[in-house]
Amino acid sequence: MARATTASRKLGLTLLAWTIGIVIFFPILWTALTSFKTEAEAIASPPSFIAFQWTLENYAEVQSRSDYALHFMNSVIISLGSTLVGLLIAVPAAWSMAFVPSRRTKDVLMWMLSTKMLPPVGVLIPIYLLFRDTGLLDSRTGLVIVLTLINLPIIVWMLFTYFREIPGEILEAARMDGAGLKAEILYVLLPMAVPGIASTLLLNVILAWNEAFWTLSLSASQSAPLTAFIASYSSPEGLFYAKLSAASTMAVAPILVLGWFSQKQLVRGLTFGAVK
Amino acid sequence: MGEIVLKQITKSFGDVSVIPPLDLTIADGEFVVFVGPSGCGKSTLLRLIAGLEDVSSGTISIDGKDATRLPPAGRGLAMVFQSYALYPHMTVRNNIAFPLKMARLDKAAIDRKVEAAAAVLNLTGYLDRRPGQLSGGQRQRVAIGRAIVREPTAFLFDEPLSNLDAALRVNMRLEISELHRSLATTMIYVTHDQVEAMTMADKIVVLNAGRIEQVGSPIELYSRPCNRFVAGFIGSPRMNFIEGGEAAAEGAHAIGIRPEHLALSTESGRWSGTVSVSEHLGSDTFVYVQSPEVGTLVARAGGEVPVRHGDRVWLTPQAGKLHRFDPQGRAMSREKVLS
Repeated sequence: MARATTASRKLGLTLLAWTIGIVIFFPILWTALTSFKTEAEAIASPPSFIAFQWTLENYAEVQSRSDYALHFMNSVIISLGSTLVGLLIAVPAAWSMAFVPSRRTKDVLMWMLSTKMLPPVGVLIPIYLLFRDTGLLDSRTGLVIVLTLINLPIIVWMLFTYFREIPGEILEAARMDGAGLKAEILYVLLPMAVPGIASTLLLNVILAWNEAFWTLSLSASQSAPLTAFIASYSSPEGLFYAKLSAASTMAVAPILVLGWFSQKQLVRGLTFGAVK
Repeated sequence: MGEIVLKQITKSFGDVSVIPPLDLTIADGEFVVFVGPSGCGKSTLLRLIAGLEDVSSGTISIDGKDATRLPPAGRGLAMVFQSYALYPHMTVRNNIAFPLKMARLDKAAIDRKVEAAAAVLNLTGYLDRRPGQLSGGQRQRVAIGRAIVREPTAFLFDEPLSNLDAALRVNMRLEISELHRSLATTMIYVTHDQVEAMTMADKIVVLNAGRIEQVGSPIELYSRPCNRFVAGFIGSPRMNFIEGGEAAAEGAHAIGIRPEHLALSTESGRWSGTVSVSEHLGSDTFVYVQSPEVGTLVARAGGEVPVRHGDRVWLTPQAGKLHRFDPQGRAMSREKVLS
């Protein structure tokens, strides 16, 4: 009896998980399907799921109208750049908070997190003016700076959580063995925290890749990443669903592939402290 | 060369004072054990010497040089931690070589020293393994190997054997004692286990609430404890304490007698009582006696003594083995001074 209950419960949970998974994935699937339709079929009602005239013309059109390679490179540089700069700042910060905490460490962490609760649009004007006056508008450097600042709290929090799992005695042993601060972090702490750093890096690359508010507001053409590339298909000439979908699919594909191959790492990273 | 002198050392965390002013001199080549109950400050004291904690006031000199403000790496000390604290991502070879790499020795010298240390510690066959693939005893040896390659001024051990099982602990105890004999380097060893303290130490420092209660050789502490705390802490089972009329008859506030100094008889003696528990170890018999005159006493009899729960027995303290304490718990002269 108990076994039967467990089996039916398992089946129920499996069905539920699949349903949730499909609901979440459906918009992405629909976008990908739409990108292969003609504009007429894209807005047809009722819509056809797969029984339509498959075409690649949208991709050809998108490729001929805009420079995908430029936007792709911008996305790579901005997301990797902001993550690496973020790690450079966050590693020492998380080290000090995890291993030499003060009475205010908790408050500092909470304060950092609280900046994520601020609606970004609230600081858009001052940051826009700052960027205008310093010549950072529509520059990759500017976007790297702003995305570093946006994601820094998350990077610090994640690294802090990983570092706290590393026994302080090992770092003390390194100190006794003659390691200075640099050697202690470089040869002992970082190699031990590689899994955590890898998932932090992955998550932040994804977050930065998908960030649209700041990249749309602060870039125009030269530094525009893929988010701006998608957006360019939605506004000026009216809505072209099929082309918009093709652009979206091209923008999302690289990060989707990256996420797919690193999903184990990501899940382990996100649940690190909880299930160890 | 390995003399360590602490002068008026204090340590407080915020408003909490952990170590009140303390003076201690550890001679070159000595094996000193800090012993005391949990929370007595023995590990803190070791960490102050190591430089892992900063002293609140006072000075530490190592080898005649002021080391109070030196970082851990600058003190020339090596430490073995309770958790071993090996680097999990490095092989045994790299773990042992790490302090030498930090000291920027050339590769040939590093290899030579690592091989030599591994040979001494029976680790030669394990040099390319990682700590995760070793047993507890082997890990502890790697930790010791990492300490000895540096040829430090002194070794610091922070409860290094408490994670090992009983049999291995006895082995490692002997190995550390032999290591001390062969290296003749100063060693400071922290433990809460008074058997470790008694068997390994040249000099024991008994700590209680951050204060040094007594410093002396194991036998000095055993036979001439300066107060009730030391008397009760050193020796197993612990010393029996008796207060009241029996103590007053000896001219003291309390008297103490070790279990091995109580003669057990089934016929006659000074204090009578009934056996509540008897522990038969073969080599010894521990007998817990409920006496209406003096409370519960523990007696240790050599060999097998056939007493059981409920038996009526008599206990008599051996002549000259009674310890007398004043109301403050300080030891008084052994025998009552006739006035």
